[in-house]
Amino acid sequence: MQTSTQPEIFAEQEAAQAAAIGIDQSLGDFTYDVKYDYDAGSGLTENTVRYISAVKKEAPWILDFRLNALKTFLAKPLPTHWATKDLENINFDKIRYYLAQGQKPKRTWDEVPEDIKKTFERLGVPEQERKFLAGVEAQFDSEAAYSNIKDIVAKQGVIFMNSTQALREHPELFRKWFGKVIPTSDNKFSALNSAVFSGGSFIYVPPGVKVAQPLQAYFRINAENFGQFERTLIICDEGSEVTYMEGCTAPKFSTSTLHSAVVELVALKGAKIQYITVQNWAPNVYNLVTKRGLALEDAEIKWIDCNIGSRLTMKYPGVVLKGRRARGEVISIALANDGQHQDTGAKMIHAADETTSTIVSKSISVGEGRATYRGQVHIPKHLRGCKNNTECDALLINTNSRTDTYPAITVRGDKHATQHEASVSKVSEEMIFYMQQRGLTEAQAMSLAVNGFINDLASQFPMEYSVELKRLIELEMEGSVG
Amino acid sequence: MHTLEIRDLVVALTETPDKPIVKGVSLTIKSGEVHAVMGPNGTGKSTLSKAIAGHPDYTITSGDVFLDGKSVLEMEPDERARAGIFLAFQYPSEIPGVSIANFLRAAVQARLGEGEDLDAVAYYKNLYAKMDMLKIDRKFTSRAVNEGFSGGEKKRCEILQMAMLEPSFALMDETDSGLDIDALKIVAEGVNQLRGPKLGVLLITHYQRLLNHIVPDYVHVMYDGRIVKSGDKNLAIELEAKGYDWVKDIAVPAMS
Repeated sequence: MQTSTQPEIFAEQEAAQAAAIGIDQSLGDFTYDVKYDYDAGSGLTENTVRYISAVKKEAPWILDFRLNALKTFLAKPLPTHWATKDLENINFDKIRYYLAQGQKPKRTWDEVPEDIKKTFERLGVPEQERKFLAGVEAQFDSEAAYSNIKDIVAKQGVIFMNSTQALREHPELFRKWFGKVIPTSDNKFSALNSAVFSGGSFIYVPPGVKVAQPLQAYFRINAENFGQFERTLIICDEGSEVTYMEGCTAPKFSTSTLHSAVVELVALKGAKIQYITVQNWAPNVYNLVTKRGLALEDAEIKWIDCNIGSRLTMKYPGVVLKGRRARGEVISIALANDGQHQDTGAKMIHAADETTSTIVSKSISVGEGRATYRGQVHIPKHLRGCKNNTECDALLINTNSRTDTYPAITVRGDKHATQHEASVSKVSEEMIFYMQQRGLTEAQAMSLAVNGFINDLASQFPMEYSVELKRLIELEMEGSVG
Repeated sequence: MHTLEIRDLVVALTETPDKPIVKGVSLTIKSGEVHAVMGPNGTGKSTLSKAIAGHPDYTITSGDVFLDGKSVLEMEPDERARAGIFLAFQYPSEIPGVSIANFLRAAVQARLGEGEDLDAVAYYKNLYAKMDMLKIDRKFTSRAVNEGFSGGEKKRCEILQMAMLEPSFALMDETDSGLDIDALKIVAEGVNQLRGPKLGVLLITHYQRLLNHIVPDYVHVMYDGRIVKSGDKNLAIELEAKGYDWVKDIAVPAMS
């Protein structure tokens, strides 16, 4: 795709952006004044932030939080000294930061491009979900399936709702950890999210409760969850366990061009959180997400992160290992197709003795796709008995693909163990010919090679996700050969 | 009954199309026949088999290859494979992370029509039957294709694939290379099991010893890109006794 004509691209997609976010009226207790029945307009000023907060009828502390964040956002430079210059192509003045539901453009199913429809079909996305994803319907209503899960977990005292609602109904719980794992000033985009956040999930698991089935934000909550600037906070109290899955493998059509989420996880003593993401973005999207967990004594946080699509993804899930014997793990798969840049990795901040971290990253670059691994492991001198294991493997599909690895492992002191392995392999012409000679088409051969490359990681995904991931890779590869 | 006809085939490396390696080979193989092609190294035997299978490194500059009267030259390698041409590789590629069972399953699936789904139960039943026939351990197919395989294991993996895909014609490229005598016997036994009225074989070998185990119907001697002598199995024995220098002497008048 072209990288030079940004204003045009943004202008063209203005209408598309408009479909991104809305107020969830199904919550029932929410109305807004007729005179506010607009979107927040383009660009970001104090008024935008005040507007969003007013529409959401937020408590004053939240408005203050947002306004401070806005100042931080405006003051902070873009991280272009180490990151790609492509960030400079984001035109913050052209973005709509919030939109009321009445302002959504009406699109009919007939207007949805044929190839998008076909993809939905081949991925087996149910009829109603297709309409939602294609931007035909603002809201996907599967409350029946979803509330069933909610009922079960609610009996155990688990709170699972969207963030807007949680801020209203559980302000004490929310406020205690909100912005504590990822401070507003962490980076420019965490500050942006803190100023204009809307949607996302809130989960609280009481002490000792082990949630048997994974909680999903997989078509399952409401339109707001698919927002540009969602904010997710998961708190697992002592000894509790939860698995959360977000995203979907169907391409998100007509979403906005900037997605900047913040996800904070808190695992108290002995708690376990597993957070699984499979995302497939439209090729015009900047996906700039900050994800971090805080693991206290004997707690465990595991990120499983799979990134496909987007124009630029920058995402480095991290764990702050704050308590003794805490464990952190990041498993990441990134696929960069033509014109895409997947800049992903992991952060492991060891802050207590005997903490353990593991990073396994696999990236695939196809055509002119570019994959970058960026890792940061920090073990300070005063600690003892910390361990880190980092493994990053890259697979190149065509000769003009690109992969870079920037592992930064800082280990001070001599009472620790670290291991780092990296490999770059290529799908050779010979391997493709071998598979073709057995009757597979070139695209089938490539997708089999890619699936083989990630096989050991994909098996850690829940069954339905790994099957979908496999199909998704097949579709990606189909498009990559002439 | 199928026929694979190679007619006046001239083959060069794609990057040096003006330097032919195979310089005009004609050969017709029918179902049920085993043709051995022998000759010294660098004489174009492997090139011949790869060109028939459609390897992108090789270009056919003139001549043609017909499968049941239809030229295959415009077909992609995978189309040729699905049409019934199987190449047993001299150096099979490794496919990390893909088990033999899954690889073969994908290959079998690729032969089904659009929207047709493979019957997994029937597939495994067939796979296990073929493995029993070839005396291959059940655990073998859960290993990644050729990854870390010994020379013998790689060749057995090729034979198993051939058994599963049931081609009309098998082009076997230096099947005996890198094998000790025990591995050679096992591989030969496999080929003999698959031999039958439905299969035509082009067996490429440098050494006569393989032909003690797989007895060919016809033997062709290749030298400097051409077939310089054809005969029955006795030709191989004669060649073994006289050595390849003998064919050079035959080749000289053929070239003049």
